[in-house]
Amino acid sequence: MDENASARLTRRALTVAHRVGLFLAMLLIGLPGIWIVLSSLRPTVEIMAKPPVWIPQELSFDAYIAMFSGIGKGGIPVLDYFRNSLIISVTSTVIAVAIGMAGGYAFARYRFRGKSGMFLGLMLTRTVPGIALSLPLFFLYVRLGIIDTHIGMILAYVALNVPFTIWLIDGFFRQVPKDLAEAAQIDGCTRWQAFWQVEFPLARPGIASAAIFAFLTCWNEFALASQLTRSVNSKTLPVGLLDYTAEFTIDWRGMCALAVVMIIPALTLTYIVQKHLVGGLTSGAVKG
Amino acid sequence: MATVSLKKLSKRYGNMEIVHGIDLEIADREFIALVGPSGCGKSTTLRMIAGLEDITGGNIDIGGRMVNDLPPRSRNISMVFQSYALYPHMTVRENLGFSLKIAGVAKGDMDRRVAEASAILGLDELLERRPSQLSGGQRQRVAMGRAIVRDPDVFLFDEPLSNLDAKLRTQMRTEIKKLHAKVKSTVIYVTHDQVEAMTLADRIVIMRSGHIEQVGTPDEVFSRPATHFVAGFIGSPPMNLHEATVSDGRLVFSGGDSLPLPGQFKSKTAAGDKVVFGIRPDDFYPTGHGLSSGGETEVHRVELPVSITEPLGNETLVFAEFNGTDWVSRMLNPKPLKAGDRIGMSFDLSRAHLFSAETGKSLRN
Repeated sequence: MDENASARLTRRALTVAHRVGLFLAMLLIGLPGIWIVLSSLRPTVEIMAKPPVWIPQELSFDAYIAMFSGIGKGGIPVLDYFRNSLIISVTSTVIAVAIGMAGGYAFARYRFRGKSGMFLGLMLTRTVPGIALSLPLFFLYVRLGIIDTHIGMILAYVALNVPFTIWLIDGFFRQVPKDLAEAAQIDGCTRWQAFWQVEFPLARPGIASAAIFAFLTCWNEFALASQLTRSVNSKTLPVGLLDYTAEFTIDWRGMCALAVVMIIPALTLTYIVQKHLVGGLTSGAVKG
Repeated sequence: MATVSLKKLSKRYGNMEIVHGIDLEIADREFIALVGPSGCGKSTTLRMIAGLEDITGGNIDIGGRMVNDLPPRSRNISMVFQSYALYPHMTVRENLGFSLKIAGVAKGDMDRRVAEASAILGLDELLERRPSQLSGGQRQRVAMGRAIVRDPDVFLFDEPLSNLDAKLRTQMRTEIKKLHAKVKSTVIYVTHDQVEAMTLADRIVIMRSGHIEQVGTPDEVFSRPATHFVAGFIGSPPMNLHEATVSDGRLVFSGGDSLPLPGQFKSKTAAGDKVVFGIRPDDFYPTGHGLSSGGETEVHRVELPVSITEPLGNETLVFAEFNGTDWVSRMLNPKPLKAGDRIGMSFDLSRAHLFSAETGKSLRN
C-alpha cells in the first residue's frame, strides 16, 4: 500500500472517530434533557426505580393532561404562570436591551468622566449573588407595595440584566469602526440616522445575543421569583414547579411535564434568533 | 464647486493645541494637498473642514458660506477615508446610492447617478457585490464613487492610498488625477507621502506641529523651500542639511571641513552667523554624472571617499563622506563604485540653500 492510500485511510478513520466522539459528547450534554422528557411520560415508580430503567415500559401523556385539567384534578394554573412568565420576560428583555444599547453605545463611542469606574461598577453588581439581595428586595417591595406584581418582577430582572447587556453590546459596538458612522454623517445622515442605518445593523448579532441571554435569564430565574411572587398574579413558571411539591410527596412526573412546557418556548425563541447571530458582518468595512 | 477659506483656524484638546490658527485660501477647482509628518495637524484640519471635529477658534468658509457650526451633512462635502469606510452590510450599489437615498432622491434619478459614477470608475461589474468581496483597489474605487455620486462642492481625501501596496498606489494616484480632471471640483487631499502631494496637487501646504510652514506649487516648495523643515521634507532622497558657521567667506562645519560661501548669500550673512547649509542630491554629484554637468556657474570640487552605494538602475545614490557624515548624492549614468573608492564630487553651489539656524527660515530672498 502506498503512502497516499494509507494517509487517505488514516484521514477517513480520524473523521469517523471525530464524529463518534462528537455524538457521545452531545449525548452526554443532552442526557438531562432527554431524561426530563422521558420522566414526564412515565409513572413515578419507574422514575424512582433503582437501578434506573433506561427503556420506558409504558408512555402516557397523563401528566400533561392533568396539568391543564384545572385545580382539584391534579392541575395547576399553568396558563396563568405562562402568561406571567411571558409578560415579565419579554418586557424586561425589551427594556434591558434598550438600556443596554444606549449604555453600550455610550461606553463604546464616547469619552466621559468616570467612564472606567462606572463600567467597573456595573460589572461589580454581577458579583453579588442575586439570592443575597432577595431579602432586602423583599422588604423594599413590601414597603413599596409592589410585591407579587409584574412591575416588581420586571424591575428586578431589568436590574439583573442591564449590566450584562451593556457589557455585551459595548463589545459589539466597539467592533463597528467609527469611520462608518462618520462616513454616514458626511453622506447626509444625522447622528441618529447614522446610528440606525449603519451602526445598528452591524451590531445586530450582538444585540440579538444580548436579547436571548436576557430573555433566558428571566425565563429561568427561580430564586428571586420565589421570594417576590405570591399568587397567580405574578408567579412565573419556575416558581410554578413548586406546586408539585406537597408536604410529604413530590410529583416528579408532573414537575418534569411542566419543565418540558417551560423548555419549549425558550428553545423555539433561541432557534428563531440564532440565525441573526451570524458574526463577521463587519468584515470588508475597512482595510484588510 | 466652491472656494474654501480657513481663517485663524485652531483646534485645542484640553491644554494641547493641535492646530495653531492657520490661514489658507483654496481656489475653486483647485487640488490642494496637505502634507506633513504624523501629528502635524493635517488630518485634524481636514476633519474640521468636514465637520467631524468641532473647531476651537477661527472660521471655515465653503463657497463663501460660513460653516463653523454646521453638521457634516449640511456642508455639501464628500470624504474618502483612509479605511474606505464602506458600509459592509450594503452592496456596492447601495453604498454608492446611500447618500442619495438619505437625501430622498427619486429612484430613477438615483439609478442614473449611481450608473454615472460607476461608469467613471469602472465599477459596473461589482455593483451587486459586498465590500468584503472586493480587493483593496476596488474598495478604494467604491469609496471614491460614493464621494462623487453626491456631486459635492469639495472633496476631502484623508490619506486614501496609504493602505494600498506600492504598485496599486501609483495606479490609483493616476486615477485620482484623472478623476479630478473629469469632475473638476475643489479637492483637499491629506497625505504624509510627499510624492503623492507633488504629483497630484496644484498647490501643496506643508504643515508641522499645527503650523503651516509653506504654501506653494510643487515647483516652488521643491526649488524654493521657505524653511529648512520644508527643504528636508520635500524631495526624495531628502536634501542634505548640515549646520555650519559663516567665517571668512566660508561655511565651516562642525567637523572642521568647509565649503565656500555661495555667492548669492554673501550679502545676507555676516561672519559668525549660525546657518543650516542645504544641498539636494541632484546638486551634489560625482563629477561628470550630474544633471547640469557642464553648465554650472559656481561649482566646488572635492575628492571624497564613498561609504555606500544604492544602485537604482537608471541612477545610483552615492553616499559620500564629508565632514565626518554621509552626504547623499545622485549619480546619473552610473558607473560601478564600491565602498572605500575615492571619487571627485561636485557641489553646485549656485543651487545650494542656506537657512538661519535660529529661525529655520530660508536666507535666499
